[in-house]
Amino acid sequence: MTDAPAQVVYSRPKSLTDTPMHYCPGCTHGVAHRLIAEVLDEMDLREKTIGVAPVGCSVFAYNYFDTDFVEAAHGRAPAMATGIKRVLPERIVFTYQGDGDLASIGMAEIMHAAARGENITVVFINNAIYGMTGGQMAPTTLPGQKTTSSPNGRDVEQSGFPIRMAEVLATMEGTGYSVRRSLHDPKNVRLAKKAIRMAFEVQRRGLGFAMVELLSTCPTNWGLTPQQSLKWIEDHMIPVFPLGDYKVSPAIAEIK
Amino acid sequence: MARELLEGNKAMAEAAIRAGVQAYFGYPITPQTELLEWMSMRMPELGRAFLQAESEVAAINMVYGAACTGERVMSSSSSPGVSLMMEGLSYIAGTELPVVLIDVVRGGPGLGNIAPSQGDYNQIVHGGGHGDYHPIVLAPSSVQEAIDLTVLSFDLAEKYRSIVIVLADGNIGQMMEPAELPPMRPPERQLPDWAVRGAEGRERRILSSIYLKPEEEEVTNLRLLERWQKIQENEVRYREYYLDDAEYVVLGFGTAGRVAFSAVRAARAEGLRVGLFRPISLSPLPYARMAELSKTAKVFLVVEMNTGQMLDDVLRAASGRIPVEFYGRLGGVVPFPDEILAEIQRIANDSLTVDGDPRQSWMKRMKEIINN
Repeated sequence: MTDAPAQVVYSRPKSLTDTPMHYCPGCTHGVAHRLIAEVLDEMDLREKTIGVAPVGCSVFAYNYFDTDFVEAAHGRAPAMATGIKRVLPERIVFTYQGDGDLASIGMAEIMHAAARGENITVVFINNAIYGMTGGQMAPTTLPGQKTTSSPNGRDVEQSGFPIRMAEVLATMEGTGYSVRRSLHDPKNVRLAKKAIRMAFEVQRRGLGFAMVELLSTCPTNWGLTPQQSLKWIEDHMIPVFPLGDYKVSPAIAEIK
Repeated sequence: MARELLEGNKAMAEAAIRAGVQAYFGYPITPQTELLEWMSMRMPELGRAFLQAESEVAAINMVYGAACTGERVMSSSSSPGVSLMMEGLSYIAGTELPVVLIDVVRGGPGLGNIAPSQGDYNQIVHGGGHGDYHPIVLAPSSVQEAIDLTVLSFDLAEKYRSIVIVLADGNIGQMMEPAELPPMRPPERQLPDWAVRGAEGRERRILSSIYLKPEEEEVTNLRLLERWQKIQENEVRYREYYLDDAEYVVLGFGTAGRVAFSAVRAARAEGLRVGLFRPISLSPLPYARMAELSKTAKVFLVVEMNTGQMLDDVLRAASGRIPVEFYGRLGGVVPFPDEILAEIQRIANDSLTVDGDPRQSWMKRMKEIINN
């Protein structure tokens, strides 16, 4: 026993409410939420931030962040964020979107937000499946991956190929920052947080459109245990969705 | 302010600016485009937000976001574009946000054409996006009225946290005539207590149209209905012309109402006791006043630039008390006053009954008109 006073080594970020999350056990939405909240705390942005929630499993994201929030129609979060940011350019506006939301129904909205260099931050959760509706094929579903709407595995002849959004968005001139990270182990979680921080920094400095794609788990709809799901990201998702920086504009590369 | 020669689309845009619109999002579509162009020139020079969106879907969702900040916001479009906006309009209604939309209606369905039409009456007044809600709908029949109703729209939208749609047509949008613009309103105004602008020194605010528990959605639907009933009590608007002794009442809104006015005056000159009832608020429609008129008039004649969309509502108001006749031109064709005059003469001379669908006899007459 020592006499040293107790120290707080871990606490809930101020930007996160103490509402119990509805996400399934082993789902990485909670991790992604926490990383965003930590970054907002560290950058002292909580009171300046307006979040835009998507349609999908994270439809209730607004319950978990202690910031102002709005709830968009499916895929339209970048358009809604644009409306807010254009009226309140000094505020921090971020969208939180899944793969169906961002890469399928909301493809036009995300591409044009990037093309305009809309000064917003986008956190993109890619788990290769539709979670909320119960495990259907997503635009990011892997070739051969079984889902409830591709029961024999995604047939690329019939349903095409997965879309690599970090790479696609990197081609847009208005994009300042487009990277892919993963949430499958502690090291990668730390790297994900650094990228999220950078994506908010880009907005704070007015350096264009910033997007962080996060490879995430869906144990429930993948039919795997949480542990197996983390391994599945590593073994199956990363080969199709390589981690990396797809665009870091020169002005952003200078930020330390 | 002096009267100037103004084009409808530009006049509505400038009226919105003077009413204090802080953000405009839109997409080019004929016959509305001049409104967007005017905004693209004027909004930036006033330090206000203008953005040409990638689609009407995006435009209305930008409006949705901007409306969440509590500022005055709007969009404008024409029929096919407004169809695309229906998703966003439903979300805006469900979130109870004040938004102004101008629909410069063109011929349809489908791509249709770019000529003036009133084919959007059902889409705007009765239809729209999914779920239970009612927008306020105002129909101008002149450039001056388009200006005045645009300004009024912002006030009504804020008063009721409601969508207000100015239902113009290609004729109102493209026509030039003398009109007077209002003075510029001072930009300062109290922001609403629900506005989402960052939780600085206060509790966070959330704006959403989601009520996952059916019981909560039920309460929300009821709240919207209560608000709608207040709107029905307070915001009915119409104009009456020569109705004091009228035996025959012509009913028409917007451009059809305006053309009908010329016909009514010509008929009066012939000694026919005919008047015009022109609804300005199509939603709420002046049901009570129409019902009252059906107790003193001999015949109603509904004139529209569609296949009788308001006609069904007039039939409901008249409740079979008197014959309701119909005359419409379709697909972007605007009726001439002479055509409506001939209809007035016909209803004054024919013996008419309340039975059947008035469209049937009109369709027979239409065949002759089209063949000539």
